[in-house]
Amino acid sequence: MDPATQDLIWRNLWPMLQATLTKTLPLTALSFALGLVIALFVALARLSRFTALSWLARAYVSVIRGTPLLVQLFIVFYALPQFDIVIDPFPAAVIAFSLNVGGYAAEVIRAAILSIPKGQWEAAQTIGMHYPTTLRRIILPQAARTAVPPLSNTLISLVKDTSLASTILVTELLRVAQLAAAPTFDFFALYGVAAIYYWVICVGLSFVQARLETRLERYVAR
Amino acid sequence: MTELLTVRNVRKSFGDNLVLRDISFDVAAGTVTTVIGPSGSGKTTVLRALNALDQADAGVITIGDVSVDFAASPDRPTLARFRAQSGMVFQSHNLFPHKTVIDNVLEGPVVVQRRPRAEARADAERLLAQVGLAEKAEQYPYQLSGGQQQRVGIARALALRPKLMLFDEPTSALDPELVGDVLKVIKDLAAEGWTMVVVTHEIRFAQQVSDQVLFIEGGLVVESGPPAQVLVAPQQARTRSFLQRILDPI
Repeated sequence: MDPATQDLIWRNLWPMLQATLTKTLPLTALSFALGLVIALFVALARLSRFTALSWLARAYVSVIRGTPLLVQLFIVFYALPQFDIVIDPFPAAVIAFSLNVGGYAAEVIRAAILSIPKGQWEAAQTIGMHYPTTLRRIILPQAARTAVPPLSNTLISLVKDTSLASTILVTELLRVAQLAAAPTFDFFALYGVAAIYYWVICVGLSFVQARLETRLERYVAR
Repeated sequence: MTELLTVRNVRKSFGDNLVLRDISFDVAAGTVTTVIGPSGSGKTTVLRALNALDQADAGVITIGDVSVDFAASPDRPTLARFRAQSGMVFQSHNLFPHKTVIDNVLEGPVVVQRRPRAEARADAERLLAQVGLAEKAEQYPYQLSGGQQQRVGIARALALRPKLMLFDEPTSALDPELVGDVLKVIKDLAAEGWTMVVVTHEIRFAQQVSDQVLFIEGGLVVESGPPAQVLVAPQQARTRSFLQRILDPI
């Protein structure tokens, strides 16, 4: 590797880490958290006995899964201003990503809730529990066991998908790499560093996933 | 004797399937009623109607001072008050697998009834001791045998201090050698004066423990009375043939 490239990498390690810590990770965490909340409500709506609500949830999931994430981002950031709704890049990205996660995770949560035997709902009912309490104390803790592996997939995809935010002016990790490489066209070096950063985050998350799974398995016969 | 439970003209169908045609009976306070009948007769649905797990389409059920007319589509608070009158023990125990034995028992008193945790815990420990599981308090349900799980289910229902205990075939899912322990717990409760309705296939148990036996078939109470009558000298031909099949299956 020639010294100029080495120097370029060296000079950009910290700015890229900074972009990761101040943009990529917060963007991921916020979008995932909001996305899960959306997903829970969409899943419950989908399972509701009110047909209109159920169909609304279906439609939402269909639209989110049936359109590219990049298009969703562009709609929030570039198209909404046409209707005088102007949103800054970072919040625009959070909105688009949470809505996206909401659609995918809703199906995961719905399936996980359905995997819990009906007897659990009935047992909760006979001890006088209402729907929200049953959900919170009995159903969701058990459904978590089923949902953690697929939700981890969603999270790990999201980490990498945040790079799409570079297209709507969020100076996240990939955008910083792009800007740093542009003057000398030394893309290989800096995109390589960016790739390693993403990979390290994902390895860390996989580790957390494994720990969480072990924890959630503690009450299951082996 | 004062009636704790009265059931009047209860009807229930699932879709086109009329499961309970017209069910009426009384249960006196401090007595045990066993419900027998062929599979598909509606006996489990009767029990589930008593807890509104399956809401009757019509009929009036009164437990203690709570009376519900199911034809008048009762509101949620009424149903909640009605359900709180009885404790249910399921055929397949339905314990909460992610909670320890003691937490299974505590869930109702602490979360639903909002009793102080320390007091509820003392109560729960006493109940677990009563069903012979004091030393299993901190284990998870999967670590217990089927019979032990069922006894935790009984303790969980008792912890809410219901007026009436309901058992839905409590021993049907158990290995034969585990049945005795569960039946013994139920007998002990009977001796303590609990009012209970038990759906069962254990005719010998029914004979020993019941004050009243109901034979249900086709969604109707075909015959009812003391065990010495219904189980030993049944008046109805259908009761006789059912007992013959169950007591002498080969």
